[in-house]
Amino acid sequence: MAAILLEGTPKTPTVSFDDNSGLLELKGRSIPENSIEFYKPLIDWIDRYARDPKPKTTLHMQLEYFNTSSSKCILDVFKKLELVRTTGNEVTVLWHYEADDEDMLEAGEDYQAIINLPFKMIQIEEVDNSGA
Amino acid sequence: MLDRVFDLYDTLEKQRIMLSFKGILSPELVTALLGLVERKMEAIEADPRIRKRVFNVVMECLQNLYHHNARIGLNENGEVKNDEPQGVVMIAHGERGYSVLTGNFMANGEVEGLKSQLDRVNGCEPEQLRDLYKETLNDGRYGKAGGGGLGLIDIARKSGHKLEYGFVPLDEDNAFFSLNVNVNA
Repeated sequence: MAAILLEGTPKTPTVSFDDNSGLLELKGRSIPENSIEFYKPLIDWIDRYARDPKPKTTLHMQLEYFNTSSSKCILDVFKKLELVRTTGNEVTVLWHYEADDEDMLEAGEDYQAIINLPFKMIQIEEVDNSGA
Repeated sequence: MLDRVFDLYDTLEKQRIMLSFKGILSPELVTALLGLVERKMEAIEADPRIRKRVFNVVMECLQNLYHHNARIGLNENGEVKNDEPQGVVMIAHGERGYSVLTGNFMANGEVEGLKSQLDRVNGCEPEQLRDLYKETLNDGRYGKAGGGGLGLIDIARKSGHKLEYGFVPLDEDNAFFSLNVNVNA
């Protein structure tokens, strides 16, 4: 399978899903009108990846903004990764939030409460939005 | 019409409107408006948390307006059909904070459902809102916009106030929905 590399736009995040390293990254903003359309290929990719995953998978979430249209799609990304974990592989979610952004920290905690994956909350100075 | 330009200006000034738009909302225009809001907020609001909350509320309100829209407008001859959603958005900046006001036509058939969603959200304390958000996030249902009812809950969480709303009946098919969301500075 091929890696996914998408450059960020003002409404969609930078995406880097690499099956060789097991490193997945969503960075920037996720505020499109139609999130289902944007996320479908990403979720399908994880579906395929889950059949032959790396022993260690790490998802970096580094979002500055996401809309509620993206919320359920992001949940689906996590749910697909739960499948990777149930087959005995290690999966970690690194949830980045800007130091002043307690709302983004709360959003990460909300996912953590629903999803059966280990989350690490990581405070950063600023989301690198240079791709957008 | 010409003399009303000043009246309009005066009204916007007195209501401390920092941004207003009325018209057709394409996805490109939503992007442009959000960019404008972001730049204005950076210029006038020192607290990044407030900047982000206002941006979030505007973003969700615009997307609600975009998706839950009867796609009609009014002119001197009455109702006109539009292919694109139409509405009004205003952001006021007063001493106590910001108000995000939006308005649009919607189908009468959707009014009751929206009203009960608004009342449910308004009946929740902050912790209950958070629980309702998590419950709705995980219910496996997708609305036509994808959020499936999360929008208003998120708006209420970011606002920290009750959502003020009203419906003005237009005719047997449509009503005008207006929403005011306050964000404290």
